Amino acid sequence: MSGARRWALIEQDRAGTVFLAVLAVLAIASPILNQLVPASSPFHLSAYWLTLIGKYLCYAILAVAIDLIWGFGGILSLGHAAFFALGGYVMGMYLMRQIGARGVYGDPVLPDFMVFLNWQKLPWFWIGFNHFWFALVVIVAVPAALAWVFGWFAFRSRVTGVYFSIITQALSYALMLAFFRNDMGFGGNNGFTDFKEILGFDLHADSTRVALLVITAGVLAAGYLACRAIVDSRAGRLFRAIRDAESRARFLGYRVESYKVWIFAFSAVLAGIAGALYVPQVGIINPSEFSPLNSIEAVIWVAIGGRGTLYGAAAGAVLVNYAKTYFTGALPEVWLYALGTLFVLVTLFLPRGLVGLGTLRRRTLDAGPAALAIWAIRSEVGASLESKLK
Amino acid sequence: MIRPPHVGLPDKILTLDDVTVSFDGFKALDGLTLSVDRGELRCIIGPNGAGKTTMMDVVTGKTRPDHGSAWFAQDIDLLALSEPEIAQAGVGRKFQKPTVFESLTVFENVELAIWGPKSFWKDLVARLTRAERQHIDDILDVVGLAAQRAALAGTLSHGQKQWLEIGMLLMQEPDLLLIDEPVAGMTPQETERTAALLRSLAAEHSLIVVEHDMDFVRSIAKRVTVLHEGRVLADGDMDQVQNDSRVAEVYLGA
Repeated sequence: MSGARRWALIEQDRAGTVFLAVLAVLAIASPILNQLVPASSPFHLSAYWLTLIGKYLCYAILAVAIDLIWGFGGILSLGHAAFFALGGYVMGMYLMRQIGARGVYGDPVLPDFMVFLNWQKLPWFWIGFNHFWFALVVIVAVPAALAWVFGWFAFRSRVTGVYFSIITQALSYALMLAFFRNDMGFGGNNGFTDFKEILGFDLHADSTRVALLVITAGVLAAGYLACRAIVDSRAGRLFRAIRDAESRARFLGYRVESYKVWIFAFSAVLAGIAGALYVPQVGIINPSEFSPLNSIEAVIWVAIGGRGTLYGAAAGAVLVNYAKTYFTGALPEVWLYALGTLFVLVTLFLPRGLVGLGTLRRRTLDAGPAALAIWAIRSEVGASLESKLK
Repeated sequence: MIRPPHVGLPDKILTLDDVTVSFDGFKALDGLTLSVDRGELRCIIGPNGAGKTTMMDVVTGKTRPDHGSAWFAQDIDLLALSEPEIAQAGVGRKFQKPTVFESLTVFENVELAIWGPKSFWKDLVARLTRAERQHIDDILDVVGLAAQRAALAGTLSHGQKQWLEIGMLLMQEPDLLLIDEPVAGMTPQETERTAALLRSLAAEHSLIVVEHDMDFVRSIAKRVTVLHEGRVLADGDMDQVQNDSRVAEVYLGA
């Protein structure tokens, strides 16, 4: 192997290693800075920051999930927030059951909103959620099943490109409307909140928050490695091949829809796990998480960070959300414009996203004059052609 | 996997009988009846709209005919199979426009064309054996792309992409290769090399080549079939076909 390709691979490996190292440092430093450094010290990591970082990491997992299918398979899902929200709701169901008799109405079994709706007994689909393991199984199973069935119909009917994006938006929107309804049994527009504990650990304790952050960082690392493994396998190469020339792949004897469905389902599971980690950290889940806008925002993180690299998507999610936290605090009215402008600028000038900056600079350093010359010649030729045509 | 050699196979590799395809009332194929022997190199010519590409679409499962039958190797009903199933059964196709996986390397392109059963779960853990690697390298030698092994397919020239696609077909080990305009856009030297390549394939494989370039057809084909308005107009060796007055009328521009 030689030339640009090998260089790209080494770079990918190095950046991936840096990414994993950052996560490892985060997972080691956060508990120390929170638990061992006294609150009076400027180096103390407060509960506020723990929650914020944990939240960013959840978004990063979602971004990696989106990048897997968009960056490598060219499948633009504008409904991935739906899988994220579903995972969150399932975790929320477990957390609601954990509240037990400590709710406002003090019912030992029924969550508050059910008592409020005058329900007499637990609906069948709430049974089993008092067990953590059961919730874990459902967190994986629900997004997987939905994505698999949805993907199977879409990919088998050869729905691609913008049409696929539109129906994923519709899926997310339909779920949002459904979850807004009180009689769905998921708390209507209030969703779930007021959680007390997870596996017996107080959700408001710093030690629990720090543990959740460490677990989230671990899941992000594992998710990244799993996606890398998929992308580097022959199945992953075929996934990229399908993006380039779907009919060629089919005529080579591949049932392309099967490859798309499985990778799409895996991506949905990852998004669901991200949502499940998100809910105990932010303490609330409601139907607005299904909002189509959330899915679009997540896609923007990936585009800004740099798609087709996985770590770029994660970096994009963290950076954009940090900017969001900052702007919505300091200049709330500016945020959406800033995000929109950033997206347009990145799309125009950094097709490989922010992580493409490094390679871009290196390349323009030697290719710069040549590129300028080509550009000048082209505009010269264009101008002369134009004058001739006139 | 590398395909084992085959023995004792039937004589006819492809039999089309009374195949009709219409698009909005226009009959792209109108009762086309055609058969190709195993090991044959058949050229198919005909003016635009004669049904050449539609015929390939029917054979590869892309288009379903309104009626008629299509048999592969005398015992496989092509009309009952999907595109990937037909490919698995042993029919390979090269498109008119060179179609390769541009963001993969030349080597990876050929790797994906590997013969054998394919499934997502299998391909998730699949590793190339030493013999398979060697086989890919041999094919890259045959199509003259050994030096571009690690290059991205998107960076190849037009002619190199055509060869890469032929290399992928070789890796696929089909019994029947359908090749649509292999020398379109090639330089004379490239055309000559392609002719030699296709001739060398004809013994082990059966080939159907659609081509407009008459000199090229003359240089490779023993037998030529002329299609016109979805039917066989004439059939025979190049001289017979060229001396056929009906062919001259519709195609060769008398």
